[in-house]
Amino acid sequence: MIDKRVRSLVEAVAGIPDGATILCAGFGGAGLPDALCEAVIKQGARDLTVVANNAGTGRTGLAALLAAGRVRRIICSFPRSSGSVVFEELYAAGRIELELVPQGIISERMRCAAAGLGGFYSPVSVGTRLAEGKEHREIDGRMHVLEKPLKGDVALLSAERGDRWGNLTYRKSARNFNPTMAMAADLSVVQVRRIVELGELDPEMIVTPGIFIDRIVEVPR
Amino acid sequence: MPLNRRQIAWRAAQDLKDGAYVNLGIGLPTLVADFIPTDREIVLHSENGVLGVGPAPSDNEVDWDLINAGKQPITLVTGGSYVHHTDSFLMIRGGHLDLALLGAFEVSEKGDLANWTTDDPGFPPGVGGAMDLAVGAKEIRVLVEHTTKGGAPRIRRRCQYPLTAAAVVRRIYTDLAVIDVTAEGLVVRELVEDFELAALQARTEAALHPAPDLKALRTPVL
Repeated sequence: MIDKRVRSLVEAVAGIPDGATILCAGFGGAGLPDALCEAVIKQGARDLTVVANNAGTGRTGLAALLAAGRVRRIICSFPRSSGSVVFEELYAAGRIELELVPQGIISERMRCAAAGLGGFYSPVSVGTRLAEGKEHREIDGRMHVLEKPLKGDVALLSAERGDRWGNLTYRKSARNFNPTMAMAADLSVVQVRRIVELGELDPEMIVTPGIFIDRIVEVPR
Repeated sequence: MPLNRRQIAWRAAQDLKDGAYVNLGIGLPTLVADFIPTDREIVLHSENGVLGVGPAPSDNEVDWDLINAGKQPITLVTGGSYVHHTDSFLMIRGGHLDLALLGAFEVSEKGDLANWTTDDPGFPPGVGGAMDLAVGAKEIRVLVEHTTKGGAPRIRRRCQYPLTAAAVVRRIYTDLAVIDVTAEGLVVRELVEDFELAALQARTEAALHPAPDLKALRTPVL
């Protein structure tokens, strides 16, 4: 029998080692696995690398994990946005490393890892500072740079509904990075607003099939 | 009289073609959504996975699962859809968007775009989707105030700030003029009334050339 449900947030994030690379889904607050981020604080892993679009908002969720001093390095596209106070303090104090990656390149690099590919050539960032040090190659008359796959040890995800197999549906723009990150980590953990019976989700509506999910925990709204 | 920000957005909106798929950047370009001519069906794309962005919701309609790239609450138009991030950027990079209207710190006479960092050490940089949009959309147009608050020109021979992409901007809408980036240099298509070309040139580092049919830049009071 397949049952990926866990009863608590503690179980959901158990075993994350120090130094792990965590893919943290969400765009701003939409689709952000806030409860899982905060559970990692209690769980205790440190020296983490976090891959996320933003670097947290306010003092909860991802921002709380940053504030707890657990994140050594963040890979993201847009760290500074309204309310990113914790990141800004850490950055100003030199207490967090930042690797900036264009938004579509972060997600495509993760998709690449998910798909078992060794990288891809992209015209994005050619002629800019972000292309420095990357292999360049002209393809069909246009310059490209090599982008390498980006894989997580753990993905922390948020979805609307899920079942014991780990099948997931999303709601509106809270989908964002969740489907890609779900596929790109060794251990994919999702918080869902509601766990439903197997068979209750319309197969046509399932965006992330359970094959990509390892643990699912219910966190009502 | 220089245009206000809403008037710059209005002017850019008049050029949108019926049936176009368009991305609006954060800031000034976002205002364009308010001025789309009612006789045209335009599908607005937001890079966080929304195709068919609708107007801002009323206070009791706000849904934080439905936001735009600037993280403001939005609505979805009838016929709109949601995609995940990787597909949203596939739309961007794969040339599926007809147009991206972007903000800028600076634009060069070659159409180089600088809009992601000012290298201010106290200010962590953020690139977001700017570089993907700048090389991926079929056409890039920029909305920008003609000079900085301090009066420095934003339209330059070469950008002083780090580039987002080289030679991508085709048209620039400012509070003073509509300017095309062409192989022959910057061509002024429209100029606000009661403003001389020499005064525009004085506020522009790059050389400007008047279009043979240079028109007055007129907008409604907004």
